[in-house]
Amino acid sequence: MYAFDIEQPKTIAEAVAALASDEAQALGGGQTLIPTLKQRLASPETLISLTGISEMQGVCLSDRGELCVGGATTHAEVARMAAKSFPGLSGLAGHIGDPAVRNRGTVGGSLANNDPSACYPAAALGTGATIKTDRREISADDYFQGMFATDLQEGEIITEVRFPIPEVSNYQKFLQPASRFALVGVFVAKYPDGVRVAVTGASEDGVFRWTEAERALSASFEPASLEGLSIPADGMIGDIHGTPEYRAHLIGVMTRRAVAAAS
Amino acid sequence: MAEVTMTVNGKSVSGTIEGRTLLADFLRTDLRLTGTHIGCDTSQCGACLVHVNGMAVKSCTMFAAEADGAEVVTIEGMANADGSLGVIQQAFQDHHGLQCGFCTPGMVMSAAALLKENPKPTEAEVREYLEGNICRCTGYHNIVKAILAASGQDVVLAAE
Repeated sequence: MYAFDIEQPKTIAEAVAALASDEAQALGGGQTLIPTLKQRLASPETLISLTGISEMQGVCLSDRGELCVGGATTHAEVARMAAKSFPGLSGLAGHIGDPAVRNRGTVGGSLANNDPSACYPAAALGTGATIKTDRREISADDYFQGMFATDLQEGEIITEVRFPIPEVSNYQKFLQPASRFALVGVFVAKYPDGVRVAVTGASEDGVFRWTEAERALSASFEPASLEGLSIPADGMIGDIHGTPEYRAHLIGVMTRRAVAAAS
Repeated sequence: MAEVTMTVNGKSVSGTIEGRTLLADFLRTDLRLTGTHIGCDTSQCGACLVHVNGMAVKSCTMFAAEADGAEVVTIEGMANADGSLGVIQQAFQDHHGLQCGFCTPGMVMSAAALLKENPKPTEAEVREYLEGNICRCTGYHNIVKAILAASGQDVVLAAE
């Protein structure tokens, strides 16, 4: 790693002020950023750690039926706190990486990084979540802008994510066996006004909604509704772990499994 | 450079560190607590696993500065006060849960975190919890047996 300083602000306002410098970089749980720094793929002068900001911690329920998760809340905490109120999200958070990674990694960090194989983007897009930052609120449909690309501006911090709680939901991922990231992951959520289906791991454009499946499942929420539906392999990721055709096929399989398992 | 103070295995310690100093390096180099191993340095293998404020973390993927003020427990803190092996350590010895021993500190710390959360885990739960701890010698069966034994349960494995 190149040398850098670490600052540990206690409030969102202090963190925003510290991030105003060009050479400053926000640090969440560090489970992606620290390996990146070790490979010298980033060279910030100052890291601004967000994990000590108490107003960005914790999970609560809003009056509008949303699960509100502080941006610096760890995956382990979400898995615990959402187990009853939102089992689909709890299951997703509880299977990211491994237990030690889940004790450090944060929801805000995952969404800010927007790795094309990360799990959380599927939950945010699959629920139509609201991403609250230090300066505005962004709808998940506008937030994700391709691989590692988001609507966040320089120095903008995700302070909270509000997930509308569905009637039933589930997340299924097919693990890439070495990295444990999703080779393909699908989040399915059923709301009174329709079903949302979000796919991670598969597309070269990052997380996306499978609208054809959403229409079919909104008409009838059962695995059989997906019969005959498929996604073209164009634009899917192809690498040594799987071809574009393989990933396109897995989307159908994971979606059916998620619908069958939804609770 | 910055000053950092934390409690490690019940003892208050402090040191002067760089921002980029990893917790694993602070433990090993500054405190000479070399029981915490760095296997992969990419947060895959779990040999560097320690507890920070009671939670399992990979100390190669956390900065020492972030542990300022924290309670840290390493493998050196797992023995009994008289120096004899703790329950989990003894179970690893009794069930031959190690061969070369390189992964063992992380395995023991992971097991301790699991048993605190879930005192009577099933075999499947033990295996799932060890997802982030890699062992290249044992094939895991004896590690799982040791952890089941440490939890006071029978050690017949379904997977064997």
